[in-house]
Amino acid sequence: MIEVRDLHKSFGALKVLQGASLSIAKGESVVIIGRSGGGKSILLKLLIGLIKGDKGEVLIESENISRMNERQLLRVRRKFGMLFQSAALFDSMTVAENVGFVLMREKRSSENDIRQRVAEALEMVELPGIEDKKPSELSGGMRKRVGLARAIVYRPEIVLYDEPTTGLDPVVSDSIDQLIVSIRERLHVTTVAVTHDMRSARRIGQRIMMLHEGRIYFQGTPDEVFSSEDPVVSRFVTGVADPKDHSF
Amino acid sequence: MRERFQGLGQFVLWAKEVIVSLFTLRVSGRDLVYQLYFIGVKSQSVVFITGAFTGMVMAAQTYFQFHRVRLDHATLAVVSVSMCSELGPVLAGLMVSGRVGAALAAELGTMRVTEQIDALRTLAAHPIDYLVVPRFLATLIAMPLLTSASIAIGIGAGYGICKVFMGPFATYAYDNMVYYTGLEDLLTGVIKAFIYGGIIGMISCYKGMTCREGAEGVGRATTEAVVFSSITILITNFFLTLILNNLIQPA
Repeated sequence: MIEVRDLHKSFGALKVLQGASLSIAKGESVVIIGRSGGGKSILLKLLIGLIKGDKGEVLIESENISRMNERQLLRVRRKFGMLFQSAALFDSMTVAENVGFVLMREKRSSENDIRQRVAEALEMVELPGIEDKKPSELSGGMRKRVGLARAIVYRPEIVLYDEPTTGLDPVVSDSIDQLIVSIRERLHVTTVAVTHDMRSARRIGQRIMMLHEGRIYFQGTPDEVFSSEDPVVSRFVTGVADPKDHSF
Repeated sequence: MRERFQGLGQFVLWAKEVIVSLFTLRVSGRDLVYQLYFIGVKSQSVVFITGAFTGMVMAAQTYFQFHRVRLDHATLAVVSVSMCSELGPVLAGLMVSGRVGAALAAELGTMRVTEQIDALRTLAAHPIDYLVVPRFLATLIAMPLLTSASIAIGIGAGYGICKVFMGPFATYAYDNMVYYTGLEDLLTGVIKAFIYGGIIGMISCYKGMTCREGAEGVGRATTEAVVFSSITILITNFFLTLILNNLIQPA
């Protein structure tokens, strides 16, 4: 469903991706791990065409999106839902307007229908009855849930999560992880999550990929990753810094 | 220097996309009405106060000078022509670029740094269609209306000052104003205001949409939006005065 071939991306002299390649099957749940600033979020944004790569290809259902312009990408993005690290809710709108944004813009459904679908999506993220609240009235965990409701309300085929548990306490993080798994099972969506929270990666991922030095350095099932004896992987998984590496 | 030319090139391509989107009418009526309210209705007080006091100062100063050479009756004609073709549109443009330009750049810049614009793009909405075109169109529509009202208020306030200084003889000043102010003067002001509305909308939205990361980025975008809009208005005004004087003013 998603294929990335030899993807390169630099910002000035900083080379973020240096030939990243990966393949994700339909319905699969993949977690991309890696060090902070290692290009995980950039890779995620390249998958949905929010930024353009310098070289390489991104194929979504065999369609190369690397050379598409912004208007052509709008059609492809309809297949995606994305939860941002900061939730990125529209702060001038209510929760209902945020969640129902796509439905209201499409103008295919009646107001009643939209209201019902918004309520269903909020129910799915376990936040019923908060339609009239403003994002500023919500806690960090609630904002992420509303962001998730907005990402799934129009039934996308692929859901991308950018650091879904960053900044949340362990209990709320656990509930978000459970929610991601439950949404994958209920909606049969392809899930791609980027995180450096290893507990979360183990819970969400059926397959874990490690991004290191701009490439997919290692990939395998959670058990394979957590039992790996590769020094780079095991140091990352156990959270032990290499005293010789000053960038850690 | 090369970077500046690159920046100018990017702005031209971006502006082209805004114009194309404008003519394909992808704008939502609800968004346009909201922006018209924010940009037009909410700017009334600042533009009207500017118009009124400019008209009064202009009338007082003109009267003081003309009174020495016994040309008091020409006072309001000078105020009227100045307000219509120069002071009305330019001062309204500067005030709107300060109030609206800063607000547009800060709003869009904040949306950009908090990833709301990226979120919009993932929800299959084009930021130019959804965010820029309603704001741009609203400044285009609002500026001529605000300027026309500001001109009327300025002339009215100037007439009030003439009444204070000239008493019943202010009627002569009024008659001279009607005689010497043509429709072409008002038309010049309205055309200028329309163009300044475009300048404010385009520059402010561009600065907001291309804002750099962080609070510093938003601050810089806001400042640049106001400074660039104001300077562009003042420079454009000179050339528009020359062009419009040849095109629509009688020889």
